[in-house]
Amino acid sequence: MSVELTGAEITIRCLQEEGVQCIFGYPGGAVLFIYDELFKQDKVRHILVRHEQAAVHAADGYARSSDKVGVALVTSGPGVTNAVTGIATAYMDSIPMVVISGQVPTSAIGLDAFQEVDTVGITRPCVKHNFLVKDVTELALTIKKAFYIASTGRPGPVLVDIPKDVTQQKTKFVYPEKVSMRSYNPVVKGHVRQIKKAAELILSAKRPMIYAGGGVILSNASTQLTELAKILNFPCTNTLMGLGGFPATNEQSLGMLGMHGTYEANMAMQYCDVLVAIGARFDDRVIGNPKHFFNENRKIIHIDIDPSSISKRVKVDIPIVGDVLDVLSELIKLLKAEKKKPDQGALNEWWKQIDLWRERDCLRYERDSQIIKPQMVIEKLFQVTKGDAFITSDVGQHQMWAAQFYKFDKPRRWINSGGLGTMGFGMPAAMGVQLANPKGKVACITGEASIQMCIQELSTCKQYKLPLKIINLNNRYMGMVRQWQEFFHGNRYAESYMDALPDFVKLAESYGHVGMKIEQPKDVEAALKEAFKMKDRLVFMDFITDQTENVFPMVPGGKGLSEMILV
Amino acid sequence: MENEAGALSRVAGLFSARGYNIESLSVAPTEDPTLSRMTLVTIGSDEIVEQVTKQLNKLIEVVKIIDLNDGNHIERELMLVKVRAVGADREEIKRLTEIFRGCIIDVTDKSYTIELTGTSSKLDAFLEAVERSAVLETVRTGASGIGRGEWILKV
Repeated sequence: MSVELTGAEITIRCLQEEGVQCIFGYPGGAVLFIYDELFKQDKVRHILVRHEQAAVHAADGYARSSDKVGVALVTSGPGVTNAVTGIATAYMDSIPMVVISGQVPTSAIGLDAFQEVDTVGITRPCVKHNFLVKDVTELALTIKKAFYIASTGRPGPVLVDIPKDVTQQKTKFVYPEKVSMRSYNPVVKGHVRQIKKAAELILSAKRPMIYAGGGVILSNASTQLTELAKILNFPCTNTLMGLGGFPATNEQSLGMLGMHGTYEANMAMQYCDVLVAIGARFDDRVIGNPKHFFNENRKIIHIDIDPSSISKRVKVDIPIVGDVLDVLSELIKLLKAEKKKPDQGALNEWWKQIDLWRERDCLRYERDSQIIKPQMVIEKLFQVTKGDAFITSDVGQHQMWAAQFYKFDKPRRWINSGGLGTMGFGMPAAMGVQLANPKGKVACITGEASIQMCIQELSTCKQYKLPLKIINLNNRYMGMVRQWQEFFHGNRYAESYMDALPDFVKLAESYGHVGMKIEQPKDVEAALKEAFKMKDRLVFMDFITDQTENVFPMVPGGKGLSEMILV
Repeated sequence: MENEAGALSRVAGLFSARGYNIESLSVAPTEDPTLSRMTLVTIGSDEIVEQVTKQLNKLIEVVKIIDLNDGNHIERELMLVKVRAVGADREEIKRLTEIFRGCIIDVTDKSYTIELTGTSSKLDAFLEAVERSAVLETVRTGASGIGRGEWILKV
């Protein structure tokens, strides 16, 4: 019965069937038929960015803040190569995303055609999977598979490369209701016996520690994590990717751990006797030197949906492969049914030790400085937004301060490029966040170096009236590079000074936004309040901050967690 | 694995991206034309082999993976070797070929082309036995492996 549709129509119909409301893209020769079909409908909204990297970051921010699959649409050749940074960013942080790319016609593939690039080859190492669709009859099923693969198991970006002639060919359109693949069946349920073993070990703990990562956010398990920590009265630390998975203002929270983690989190991680790792992967920025980590004896339970994350860098005692939400629910059930409780005396001793570590006040900074301290800006931002904003960040010192000083109580509020560390991520991601949460307060904490990597998106923000608040911590340096040069390269600041900066106020104004320059500590709070009062305007806030401020604590590369440099 | 374009390069790419080592790799479609079977030989500690296995399993096109070393298995490799065969060497090489249960499959007045099948170490041994300077060209398929007895890789 169904009529024949072109590949371009099918592409858009598939997006509609998937319930996609918003996609980010940039047109070009190979995708013109798809854009033509976009034009003829109004279910899928297209956001025109100014650079393909931003399209992918925006789709990424959209996905992270909403738990939907982000979608980007780019043309062949340079459209794709520009998108690669965004795809790799999403891949490293396991973000569900579908990227649709145009390709030269099938007859031209391999002939070095205009705007031809081996898209599937270039993106292969940084996608969960990718497809080249050579036959229009396979298009609908392929797009269905793409959404399925992107959003199940350990999520990730999936790319579908569609040659131009395929978008013109016609076939009957049936959107498959289900998809099953013999070679892809992600595990959901954790092994019951393993969960039981984990419960026993947890109950025997004297110095327990919960270490929770981005997997908690991705699997929407923060309620379960919070409950687990509560019934056990265990301390909990979050990774950079896991912030908001456990409420930061809860007294059981030790804050972030890792290279710039808190003293108490890193010490507790090093000296605990039972470690419950949940949706985290023991990466180099988290545990530092693995050999040093194993100078102390501890038993490790590791819950992760990806078997290859288990025992990759750190050998664990009780691996549990499964969806964090499912495993935690089962674990909580078991623990509640169990009459035994962990040794309360030992636990009290452990909390006393942790409180001693807390007394080091590792995040202290000079609060009565005459120059604006970046930490203070973020503390004020936290107060002014009542901790309720969506915060995106770029990469560098400002990112670490944001992670340390903005206390995230809810998941999906902290949006940053943790794995790949992509400068230029913050503003485009914030656009995606704002589009997914039209009523949300969205701030992008950035620096004068990072923001310039995707500054052109101020234009996109104008076109779609995205009222972002850009918090530019301007220290005239690539701050983190400068910090490493100060610590490890004899104060030789090679190419890290940001010379010839634009006047950001005028720049913002030229794009039709509001610009503010804040130079005095006393003006910070009022300026933030004023900015957030402008609910329908993008406000670019240029904070002139202390050039010499460093991020502490710091675990230098190759050192162990307890070998922090403190302030 | 699925018999699809690109599947092989995903496997090869994974090894180079993660710094694993491919000793040899042999792949061809199976009796079910939608499936290919690959035998891959790698060297690494137990931890590395475990990671390799897990990472390969993550590839969407990989249907099933087994470590043949987990049980008894048989492996064979095919080698075609062209050797210089003149004068007294002709008889000697022919004899060697028989000892190694190979066949001479092409002959000229100056050369033999020999087909030899066996474990990789047997093929190495043959090359050791033939005088090195006599070997003109070799081509090897890499090992193919299968479980012993009734142990089968079922999809």
